[in-house]
Amino acid sequence: MPEVATHCPYCALQCAMTLADGVTGGLAVSPRPFPASRGGLCHKGWTAAALLTGGARLSGPLLAGRSAGWDAALDAVAARLRALRARHGPDSVAVFGGGGLTNEKAYLLGKFARVALGTSQIDYNGRFCMSSAAAAGIRAFGVDRGLPFPVTDLAGAEAVALVGANVGETMPPFLGHLRQAVQVVVDPRRTATAVQAVASGGLHLAPAPGSDLALALGMLHVAVAEGYLDQPYVDARTTGFDAVWRLAARWWPERAERVCGVAASDMRAAVALLAHAGSAYVLTARGTDQHARGTDTVSAWINLALTLGLPGRPGSGFGCLTGQGNGQGGREHGQKADQLPGYRRIDDPAARRHVAAVWGVSPGELPGPGRSAYELLDALGRPDGPRALLVFGSNPVVSAPNSRHVAQRLSALDLLVVADPFGSETAALADVVLPVTQWAEEEGTLTNLEGRVLRRRRAACPPPGVRTDLEVIAGLAVRLGQPASRFPPDPAMVFDELRAASAGGPADYGGISYQRLDAGEALYWPCPAAEPGGPAHPGTPRMFLDGFAHPDGRARFVPVDASGPAERPDAGYPLHATTGRVLAHYQSGTQTRRVAELSAVTPESYVEVHPDVAARAGLADGDLTRVVSRRGVATARVRTVASLREDTVFLPFHFPGEQAANLVTNPALDPVSRMPEFKVCAVRLERVP
Amino acid sequence: MRRRVVVVGYGMAGARLAEEVRRRDPGGGAVALTVLGAEPHAAYNRVLLSSVLAGGLAADAVRLHEPGWAARCDVDVRTGVRVVGIDPGARRVVCDDGATLPWDDLVLATGSRAWLPPVPGLATPDGAPADGVAVFRDLADCRRILDLAASGSRVAVLGGGLLGLEAARGLAGRGVPVTVLHPVGHLMERQLDPGAGQVLAGTLRGLGITVRLGVRAREWRPGRLECDDGSRLDCAAVVVAAGVRAQTWLARTAGLAVESGVLVDDRLTTSHPRVHAIGDCAQHPGAVSGLVAAAWEQATVLADLLTGADPAARYHGTPTVTRLKARDLDVAALGEVHADQDDAADPSVEVLWFSDPARGRYAKLVLRDERVAGAILLGAPDAAARIVTLYDRGAPAPSDRLALLLGRALPPEVEPVASPALLPARAVVCRCSAVTKGRLVTAWWAGARDVAALARATHAGTGCGGCRDTVDGICGWLAAGDPAPAAPTAKEVVA
Repeated sequence: MPEVATHCPYCALQCAMTLADGVTGGLAVSPRPFPASRGGLCHKGWTAAALLTGGARLSGPLLAGRSAGWDAALDAVAARLRALRARHGPDSVAVFGGGGLTNEKAYLLGKFARVALGTSQIDYNGRFCMSSAAAAGIRAFGVDRGLPFPVTDLAGAEAVALVGANVGETMPPFLGHLRQAVQVVVDPRRTATAVQAVASGGLHLAPAPGSDLALALGMLHVAVAEGYLDQPYVDARTTGFDAVWRLAARWWPERAERVCGVAASDMRAAVALLAHAGSAYVLTARGTDQHARGTDTVSAWINLALTLGLPGRPGSGFGCLTGQGNGQGGREHGQKADQLPGYRRIDDPAARRHVAAVWGVSPGELPGPGRSAYELLDALGRPDGPRALLVFGSNPVVSAPNSRHVAQRLSALDLLVVADPFGSETAALADVVLPVTQWAEEEGTLTNLEGRVLRRRRAACPPPGVRTDLEVIAGLAVRLGQPASRFPPDPAMVFDELRAASAGGPADYGGISYQRLDAGEALYWPCPAAEPGGPAHPGTPRMFLDGFAHPDGRARFVPVDASGPAERPDAGYPLHATTGRVLAHYQSGTQTRRVAELSAVTPESYVEVHPDVAARAGLADGDLTRVVSRRGVATARVRTVASLREDTVFLPFHFPGEQAANLVTNPALDPVSRMPEFKVCAVRLERVP
Repeated sequence: MRRRVVVVGYGMAGARLAEEVRRRDPGGGAVALTVLGAEPHAAYNRVLLSSVLAGGLAADAVRLHEPGWAARCDVDVRTGVRVVGIDPGARRVVCDDGATLPWDDLVLATGSRAWLPPVPGLATPDGAPADGVAVFRDLADCRRILDLAASGSRVAVLGGGLLGLEAARGLAGRGVPVTVLHPVGHLMERQLDPGAGQVLAGTLRGLGITVRLGVRAREWRPGRLECDDGSRLDCAAVVVAAGVRAQTWLARTAGLAVESGVLVDDRLTTSHPRVHAIGDCAQHPGAVSGLVAAAWEQATVLADLLTGADPAARYHGTPTVTRLKARDLDVAALGEVHADQDDAADPSVEVLWFSDPARGRYAKLVLRDERVAGAILLGAPDAAARIVTLYDRGAPAPSDRLALLLGRALPPEVEPVASPALLPARAVVCRCSAVTKGRLVTAWWAGARDVAALARATHAGTGCGGCRDTVDGICGWLAAGDPAPAAPTAKEVVA
């Protein structure tokens, strides 16, 4: 096979790589020069091709645990779905998607749910990643694109704040963009990211888990009290500052310090660093998003950035670092409960008319908004909840909060269908497993963390007996009575339809084509279709330079006050538990735990504990311990970490079974984004008897 | 029937109570709320007055509520209205504008007023500050001080407590020459021990502020302050920060139980079951008057009770943490600060000290049964943040007492390794691709002689790139020894 230029299967940085025949068989990975990844790859990227040749793949559908032919499997699924719909109505069937699915899959899955199933019950695991950032971005700027500027702009920054972002583990090549910048890292833990920031002259602020809002408000207070408020910018380009200040005025830094534990002097130093830099950025990630007040927490950091006059200025800005490979595109094209393609709202009559016309249905046939991810999972098998669930590209048994409860809900279903390249933990519970292709076996597009649309290309033949997700969706749609032309299995055809469906929406892909992408054009949405006879739209690398996406062109300050976390430590559960990622693994580990080289680095879960806390619990480094919350128990090996806060323990969430961190996490939901509070809950440590 | 609640006082406590009531009763269905404020303007954040004095914040920026707040929240706010009498029997208040308001519950949030010591010349016959004299209590005082200091001549600050020092620092930051006169032998004697007071005085002197200890004012004549040691200070103005007194006159005349403040129980209720008091005017055994944290917690509890949101709510006190809010002055004090070596004879008590007056640093930590019982931290801001957290939560102190006491003043835990030769073979050099020094050495011996070749061979440095200097150092170390260093044994490169 000739060399194929594609991108890594994992995170949203989408490092460019070339796949070629390896000397010892299989495919060999090599990094490819590319602006966003700077020719870099981390361990996950280098070893990605191991997934293509490992023996972990399914070779055909499983029906009730037994091998079955595709026709038999799809016929059986369609028959059950038809029966359930006839008896219990269309919302008795639900769909759960993923932020790793290509744009084409995300789009067709959303259309499948609304048109072929007629269900409102569709959501996806991106709800657990970026939903707070998305909601806050839309509130403030009128539109949500994680980074509204090319990531390479960061290379010119003098100062960058990384808030709840551990890029040193999650997307290492990203750090290459920050070599010139003094960094302020906000994280309860002394992460790899924090270590390198301090080593290069930056600051590490370590708030107590769940106290981020108080810290952000304290820093906004400092910005105003120390004279860093950019009044001309605030006057000309924003609204709502006064109401924000009324709340931040009560968070003088010494008061915020008492809540979050970050020294007032460090808040002053951090704000001064950002304010004095000629070019500064504030970037947030999951540590900011994954709270029951996640949307407000992101808003609080946006407020700080607006106070300093950063967003929408060349060389400065605010951004959210997307996590999953297609976390950006995945939230734009309709697999989210409240959305239609092009980042349109499903409750917007004009959006419904436009999309219904593209789909050839009447607007009235489209269902309304459905349940959010956790609420959907929680409703499964209940009297008013869905009785069947189709899962594509997600492993909620490991990745959803309160996961023991989620597994119970899944087992209460009449029918669970899982389409996955591997035998994931969720697939293990399924009535029907549909083996599908993975990254290097298929064509499509993804939208990276900066809103640039990238081509994923096929470099390997899928194993026999495996179909693409698009083929699965098409096969089911036809069996449910849809015309085949409405659900083409060809990604290029799906993309062309996506262009039309997104046209005119906030995330307008109308002018983007496989042809332009294959010619090497760097296209960032919005990229509308050309006027007849006019030149092609160049895309929008930098948004907001002329104005924000609200009708008045101004960014909106959103008043937020500090509270939380939803569950505080008490006598019975005296520690904060927080969860996160490690370099060697990705998401629920379905892929990376199957790569021997990665598993060798981090073979099992662990819990980081301060040495004093471990000693008081009678635990030593390397002991197994039970991490107990009100919801469940995770078992993990103790790693004592002297730099950790004494009130906090940390668990990576990539591991299944008894090691699953989400057995203990709190499903308290953000009122706006419906994001669960992954980042903080109350636990105690117990010795394993 | 809506419960009629009248709040006397539209300061930080009264304003917060109104917000907390409306948070619980947003439609106003349960409580009809009237707030009476004696000052002519809307409530403002008194804590931030030192920032206004220092010039960081404009007077308008410290207002607690935006215009229209009262109407939007259905609160009947009346400013410039002084209450002249309360009648608990008839459940009425009488205002100086002639209005008489009935209530079902009355809340006293009358705060405190600055105390003027009986020094000749400081006060006019009616008790107001005399010419050239200002107290530091409200927004009008702030303006008055700034007017008096506008000439650029020296200002004397009477009182080296928290407020006096914040005022002194604010004025000094504006370039005004300042002298602090403090009647006691060391500054902030309520919160600091003598050693800390001395270090703080040194820091203030370093900021250009003259500090005179053990000195009282004897008489003020415009332009001149006579002191009790016979000295004389030429100055344009005197700012008096000699303490505050709770405003209890209304409560006293209504026959309520009053000591230094209006006595309240855990329900914030006075000796009359339908009259409550919060904030600086209230006296509760668990709170030190004058701290906003206590006032706000009291407002929260009382709102729970008045709205019925949580009839079991009780106020049990607020741990006192003193933080000086001023640029270049990091002062934190909490709990038992006056413990000394004698207390340390008790095996359950530990007292730790560090004093570095030349650098403005002082740290004292009192531990009782492994928990923080008191502390003083000067010039150690990150240690202060951590110790306050431990104190507030009653959590056990970490076993590394020195790191706790000094925070980042300690050298970093891990010294950078001076030479690649000292790295163990199993040390991970490149985290992004989990490459050990041993693997790099092996690859070097296999022919990968520079950073690029080692990257191709091991992928080291291809992720974040942060290890490239180290990889380069390993190349240099190996090349310098080549061919002298023996090829590593198999054992060394395993890992």
